[in-house]
Amino acid sequence: MRNLLRFIIIYHFFFLFLLLETVSIILIVQHNTYHRAQFINVSRSLQGSYYEIFGGIREYLSLRQTNRDLYMENTLLRNQMDRLARDRESTFENRYDSIQHRQYSYIPARVINNSINKQFNFITLNKGSHHGIEPEMAVIAPNGVVGVVYATSGNYSTVIPMINRNFRLSAKIRKNGYFGSLSWAGSGYQESILEEIPFHVEIQQGDTIVTSGYSAIFPEGIMVGTIKDAEAIEGNFYTITVDIAVDYKKLIYVNVIRNLLREELRELERISGHD
Amino acid sequence: MIKLLVRNIIRFVVLVLLQVLIINNIQISGFIVPYFYILFILLMPFETPKWLLLVFAFALGLTVDLFTQTPGMHAAASVFMAFLRPYILGMSAPRDGYEAGTFPRIYYYGFQWFLRYTVILVLAHHFILFYIEVFRFSEFFSTFLRVLLSSLLSVILIMLSQYFIYRK
Repeated sequence: MRNLLRFIIIYHFFFLFLLLETVSIILIVQHNTYHRAQFINVSRSLQGSYYEIFGGIREYLSLRQTNRDLYMENTLLRNQMDRLARDRESTFENRYDSIQHRQYSYIPARVINNSINKQFNFITLNKGSHHGIEPEMAVIAPNGVVGVVYATSGNYSTVIPMINRNFRLSAKIRKNGYFGSLSWAGSGYQESILEEIPFHVEIQQGDTIVTSGYSAIFPEGIMVGTIKDAEAIEGNFYTITVDIAVDYKKLIYVNVIRNLLREELRELERISGHD
Repeated sequence: MIKLLVRNIIRFVVLVLLQVLIINNIQISGFIVPYFYILFILLMPFETPKWLLLVFAFALGLTVDLFTQTPGMHAAASVFMAFLRPYILGMSAPRDGYEAGTFPRIYYYGFQWFLRYTVILVLAHHFILFYIEVFRFSEFFSTFLRVLLSSLLSVILIMLSQYFIYRK
């Protein structure tokens, strides 16, 4: 300790210099908007490359699980394809206009950072604005809704998952179409809350909850989860506890959904005074 | 001693006011900005303790920052300049050191000595200041050009001021 003090006293000029420069830099970064943005940019891309390395390791370790998921999804898609092909044959539809028939395009991405134990959880993806990702795009995994893109940089983007207290989603009960508002109460990464379902609606444990498609972000009918428990608070509406379909602890491959018609829809709704 | 302190404080105030009220409002295409206030650091007496030099430089930079709404930028550059000053003085000292009772001015040590001393420190200050201002290295050379041109103007102003104010 004495030696340390003596060291500091001998080099006091240099240490004072370092101290004053540090104070200046802190002032610069805290009080100048441009400098703060620049600082955050640099630290975010450093963080991104760090997570990418560790994400790579994690990805390798869970290859078996991933393979199985992909296999299952392949089967599902194959089934759907078959059905669609038959539908088309039966209606004699032979015009195919790619613009009119295509509303959503999917961008594959990989999760490189993920938090599940905070109140405001975030996910980081390894694709960003260079790959066509923009804020407010939907993010899904093979088994259901993941979240909504919050911000993007060139090569990375952050996602607000369903397990973030700022997350809101319009969701409905698949079997009867009643829709409500889904939010997260902060109680564990497997549970979410669906509200505004009227009391007279028949619900059962295990009923499927899917997206309603009203938000112009998510397509209709994407799996959200299943009903775990429901209680009626103040008589008129249910507060439904939803078992989230996606397991945030094992999330690796996701798809970002771009709604090609969103601008058109937004514009129309804006003109109509709808919001 | 007290007289010296008072004189330095008056110089501090005058230089800051001159900088923020007049020089900052002279815009040469927004590209070149002379910073005259650093004359204060150049003219501090030889005997000033080194730590006091840093403290004064920090205060000076921060005061200018207050007026330009760029907290920390001028402070960082000024502190860096004050940090270099003792080394530059040591490097360019005359053979038998600096005499007691003299100040770092043209009057005592000649035009050439003062020019060298000024150019090095002004360049150091402007270099730090302008690079902190852009805060990235991607436009390195265009910033470097600004550093050089602004330094040139600052040095000219500082040298001229020596003949106008401190004729003696």
